Amino acid sequence: MQQKLNTFSGIVFAVYVWTCALAFCAIAGLLLYSVVSAGVTQVNWAFLTQEPIDSGRDGGIAPIILSTVLIIGVCLLATVPLGVGTAIFLADRISGKSKLAIGIRTALDVLGGVPSIIFGLFGNAFFCIALGMGYSILSGGLTLACMVLPIFVRVAESAIRNVAVDHYRAAMALALSKWTTTFRVILPRAIPGLLAALTLGIARALAETAALIFTSGYVTRFPESLNDSGRSLSVHIYDLALNVTGGNDRAFATASVLVILLLLINVVTHFVTRKLLRQS
Amino acid sequence: MIETKQLSVAYAGKSVIRDVSLKVDQGEILAIVGPSGCGKSSFLAAINRLTDLVPGASITGQVLVDCCDIRSTTRTPVELRKCAGMIFQKPNPFEMSIRKNIQLPLREHGVRSKSELDRITEEVLQKVGLWSEVQDRLNQSATQLSGGQQQRLCIARAMALRPQIMLMDEPCSALDPISSSTVEALIESMRGEFTVVIVTHNLAQARRISDRTAVFWLVDGVGQLIAEGETKQVFENPQSEVAAAYFSGLKG
Amino acid sequence: MISAVTRDAALAFLLRSLALASAGIICLICLFVARESWLALDSTGTVNPADTVGSVNADGEPFQLSNLVNDDGWNPDGQQFNLLPMIVGSLLATFGSALLAGPLGIGVAVFLNYYAPKKIGWAVRRLVEIMAGVPSVVYGLWGLSVLVPMIASLSPIEQGQSLLAGILILTFMTIPTVVVASDAAIQAVPANQIHAAAALGLGRRATVWSIVLPAARFGLVSAIILQFARAIGETMAVLMVCGNIVKMPNSIFAPIRTLTSNIALEMGYADNHHRSILFLSGLVGLVIVSVLMLAANTFSKTQRLST
Repeated sequence: MQQKLNTFSGIVFAVYVWTCALAFCAIAGLLLYSVVSAGVTQVNWAFLTQEPIDSGRDGGIAPIILSTVLIIGVCLLATVPLGVGTAIFLADRISGKSKLAIGIRTALDVLGGVPSIIFGLFGNAFFCIALGMGYSILSGGLTLACMVLPIFVRVAESAIRNVAVDHYRAAMALALSKWTTTFRVILPRAIPGLLAALTLGIARALAETAALIFTSGYVTRFPESLNDSGRSLSVHIYDLALNVTGGNDRAFATASVLVILLLLINVVTHFVTRKLLRQS
Repeated sequence: MIETKQLSVAYAGKSVIRDVSLKVDQGEILAIVGPSGCGKSSFLAAINRLTDLVPGASITGQVLVDCCDIRSTTRTPVELRKCAGMIFQKPNPFEMSIRKNIQLPLREHGVRSKSELDRITEEVLQKVGLWSEVQDRLNQSATQLSGGQQQRLCIARAMALRPQIMLMDEPCSALDPISSSTVEALIESMRGEFTVVIVTHNLAQARRISDRTAVFWLVDGVGQLIAEGETKQVFENPQSEVAAAYFSGLKG
Repeated sequence: MISAVTRDAALAFLLRSLALASAGIICLICLFVARESWLALDSTGTVNPADTVGSVNADGEPFQLSNLVNDDGWNPDGQQFNLLPMIVGSLLATFGSALLAGPLGIGVAVFLNYYAPKKIGWAVRRLVEIMAGVPSVVYGLWGLSVLVPMIASLSPIEQGQSLLAGILILTFMTIPTVVVASDAAIQAVPANQIHAAAALGLGRRATVWSIVLPAARFGLVSAIILQFARAIGETMAVLMVCGNIVKMPNSIFAPIRTLTSNIALEMGYADNHHRSILFLSGLVGLVIVSVLMLAANTFSKTQRLST
């Protein structure tokens, strides 16, 4: 009897677990398929190189791609030095264990959980108004940098920490300076991990919408400088889907560009991290 | 040359070695033996202040290297570590070329001229018997060398800084028997030129290469020095029963 | 030639400064969001009503914090600032998605660790990774054009943009969060306990149900809290599928507006009290999410320490 009951509950549980997995895969597959299949047929050279016409109902997304690239560029220029420096500090075997480091890690954890709309509020109040940058690619990029920083630091920190402890000890036993140890011994070995951090940061930044609407704005023409407002791919999707009647087709086309880009980044990151794992 | 007085090391309040007083003379080879976990490596790390890298490590007592306290303000850890090279259990060449492995620390410590760098590189590689094996591929990655070659490269790298002391933490235990005997011969050849402190759990090796031997043992969970003297004496007339039992394989 | 000691000191100083700057960002955020909220917070009776031009509500009374729940409705032009329907909307959507995403996500994590054939497990893991990276605006677009019409065909009021659409889209979005966090919690269960279970002849269900899940409980709670934090802060997707009508929902098919969508919809033209109240609702969200994140961290740490 007990045996039968065990078998029965085992089956019920297995069915439940498999159902969860299947449901997830079905939804994910449906979503990816319907976005890409609805959009990809409209993606061609002209779409990628033309300016939007009639609020985006027609034409292409060239200026939007340029704005996106510029926003991400600004974001990375701010994130990389700040993030790598912080990661080195946190991964160090002495300073990384200090009370200060624990505090900094907690601060970054909290920052990592802040909803993107709040970054939008902050970016608007701080970069656009207090620092007088207005609605601009600069404001948007810097706002994204604040947002991307925690995930970048987390991955970069573990990449640096993973550099084998023997290398670190060897450098110390040879009385190498901190400077040489950091720049000649540790960082070169951490490069694959730092690249993974970078691609993850880019993916996160590409996906962002809410933080950009009120910082980099939604002007569709070609930006003339970093002080110009510019619309990112994700903001373009939002605007077409919600504010432009008849914009759905182009919204799907843009979404499929974005999703395919993110898939590529995912594959690259996976490849890089695998290589990293094989090395260490 | 090296002298410790009542040296104790604790990590985060937990003692690992207590009251070790030991003297090593210029140019001799001292072997430290004992079961694992009895603080042999911590003893070595205390000598060149590698314990500084462990948060919460505290050292009490005195360590004199060249008659000068290691914590004296007149000598920085950098100078101390230049004077006392260290070789680890697992060979740890940097992931760069063989040449760079040796020259990076040299440059760091002020050797600039290319001819001088190359001269020292050849000299130390000759000394460790690696020159003939690698002279044609100095620009290849050091990680492509075999384990034994890597370990000899690490010894050459340490030698390049002209230390007077070599601290060796089980330098042969990660190597195959043939490489192990090559490295062992190399260590023997260092007698007179370097003061060598070698930690080993291979008693036969200690007997073969050392002038004097120190035996560490766990007493109440803390590593202590229980026997010390001429290697021959220590092995043939053990001063304590524990040491005798350890040598005969009954304990440890 | 700069000496090595000076160079090292400079490097240490630089690294420390960069790390401090990184930590400073969260303080800067709190500071600025709070500063912009101040107008709304400060008018609570301490200010002379004569100074509060433009902040007097329709009844001619100065603005009070209690107006946020007592006003007749949400009509910023008429100085009516009742946030209650949006608070309720946010909470309903978040709780609803937690109820669905929690069990589903944990189920997927159990599947990955104990039921999935190796190759399928690998593929599902990759899919989870991919779905975690899909932008919320894409979830929103898909929800708007696929999910919403489906709901409209079922709905008694024949409208798809609804609380239900919000709950479902939040569920889909947050499943990857739950899977990743509970996967980590399940993997952190010490192998010796699982070996012991196997040695006692426990079956797969019994091992998971009575050994693994209890041992991973803190990590699983942490996963749910993370899901909750993520869902309550989500903006774009819910903005696109929920209909955004400010009204207390009376059924699961009723349209709602969440606090976050409200900010995104109105920030563009808001000023004075209106703008300040939007920042205030952001500030409250910031505090809630920060507390949740810290709680999630504490829980996952508790599991690591207890095992």
